[in-house]
Amino acid sequence: MSHIDTIQKTLITGDEETLLDQVREALDQGVAPQDILSQALIAGMDIVGERMESGEMFIPEVLMSAQAMGRAVEILKPLLGDEESASSGRIIIGTVKGDLHDIGKNLVVMMLESSGFEVTDLGVDVSPDDFLKAIEEVNPHIVGLSALLTTTIPMMRETVSKIIESGKRDTLKIMVGGAPVNQEFADEIGADAYAADAGAASKLAKSMLG
Amino acid sequence: MFTVIGERINTTLKKVKSATENRDEAYIKNDVITQEKSGATYIDVNAGARIGHEEEDMRWLLSVVQSATTLPLCLDSPDPAILEMAYSLVERPPMINSISLEKDRFEPMMQFLKGKNCRIIALCMDDSGMPKSVDDIFCRAKALVEELEKIGFKRNDIFIDPLIQPMSVDAANGTMVFKAVEKIMTELQGVHTTGGLSNISYGLPQRKVINRIFLAMLMAKGFDSAILDPLDSAIMAVLKTADMLQGEDAFCMNYLKAVRAGSIVA
Repeated sequence: MSHIDTIQKTLITGDEETLLDQVREALDQGVAPQDILSQALIAGMDIVGERMESGEMFIPEVLMSAQAMGRAVEILKPLLGDEESASSGRIIIGTVKGDLHDIGKNLVVMMLESSGFEVTDLGVDVSPDDFLKAIEEVNPHIVGLSALLTTTIPMMRETVSKIIESGKRDTLKIMVGGAPVNQEFADEIGADAYAADAGAASKLAKSMLG
Repeated sequence: MFTVIGERINTTLKKVKSATENRDEAYIKNDVITQEKSGATYIDVNAGARIGHEEEDMRWLLSVVQSATTLPLCLDSPDPAILEMAYSLVERPPMINSISLEKDRFEPMMQFLKGKNCRIIALCMDDSGMPKSVDDIFCRAKALVEELEKIGFKRNDIFIDPLIQPMSVDAANGTMVFKAVEKIMTELQGVHTTGGLSNISYGLPQRKVINRIFLAMLMAKGFDSAILDPLDSAIMAVLKTADMLQGEDAFCMNYLKAVRAGSIVA
């Protein structure tokens, strides 16, 4: 089995120590850091995301793999050229105003970062104005909105409206998620996409920008 | 006495939502009767999922639910206007679900609660976010009790919800709740503790196993109420067994009754 395949398989098991050993071994053997990053690690997290979506893997396992990947990326980062370490895209994400839930959002942030995106996490209880400010500063490709309460659903609608009003709507894509959200609601408020979980979010983000 | 708040009349549940939409009285009545038979001591009513219809749905549900049971109700809504309407329609003192220290919620709810004859579920939540330690939970609980006592609530009518968070994202989330419940029941003598158990198992498989063992472990710390599905016979079996194990069941009478009825099986 090639170094790339081995590393990918180990990432999926979440075994951090073995992963780091295998990454160092591969580098010693002359495997390009960029290949390790994209073909082994990012591709491996894609599989983790799919298994999370299908219910084959569970949240703690996804967290283990993401953590291991983070450590591996620390080893690779200094070896990557500027062009090679460029991200797949910029994403800003937050839980809308009035809502303090963040577990789902945090998982999405983790999966998106593991997929190679540059993510700005605005946290929770984020007002439409704060979203607009961040859009101005970061110039993201995607804006992610999260809400867990049925009572904050109207705020999601308002946030999207404010983005439309600001004239920035055509410069970015909007993705929404959270327990009370669904595709129908996403369509109704004018979002570009709805993701049911972190695995789906990362897959969608890639296809939206691909 | 363990207070079982039956959670099933909630429009976020698909069948309840469609029964409410179609004004299917028989469905709701049957569910309530079955919850009572299975041991519910309060019936929670939540009409929040059909956005824009909460008022009419709540009105309808209250009339149907009260035609099927004389159990007190737990009125479940974040909107004080809905609660005000619902309070005027109940036939006996209800439990109110819920108040928290979040700015947008606290003031309006305190206004609503003044002068009302009811029990109250108090969520250990404030604007700084999810509690991250036993102290976070306890301080919020203490503040809520103090504020509620100021407007005349007795501790026996206060049910503290310590905010149960998933094990899948932090291995400390279970012990945090155990320690917080113990501290609350010891240092805020006279209050009750309650909560929805299923959050603990979010993101893990075989959730029901986790939920019911979590209940037993909580009860050992003094947890004395829960918002749950009384039709889940496995969790009700755990509840009765744990009650018995704590010496709350004279001559193990309820336990033996349940075994003879076939509801507790090894």
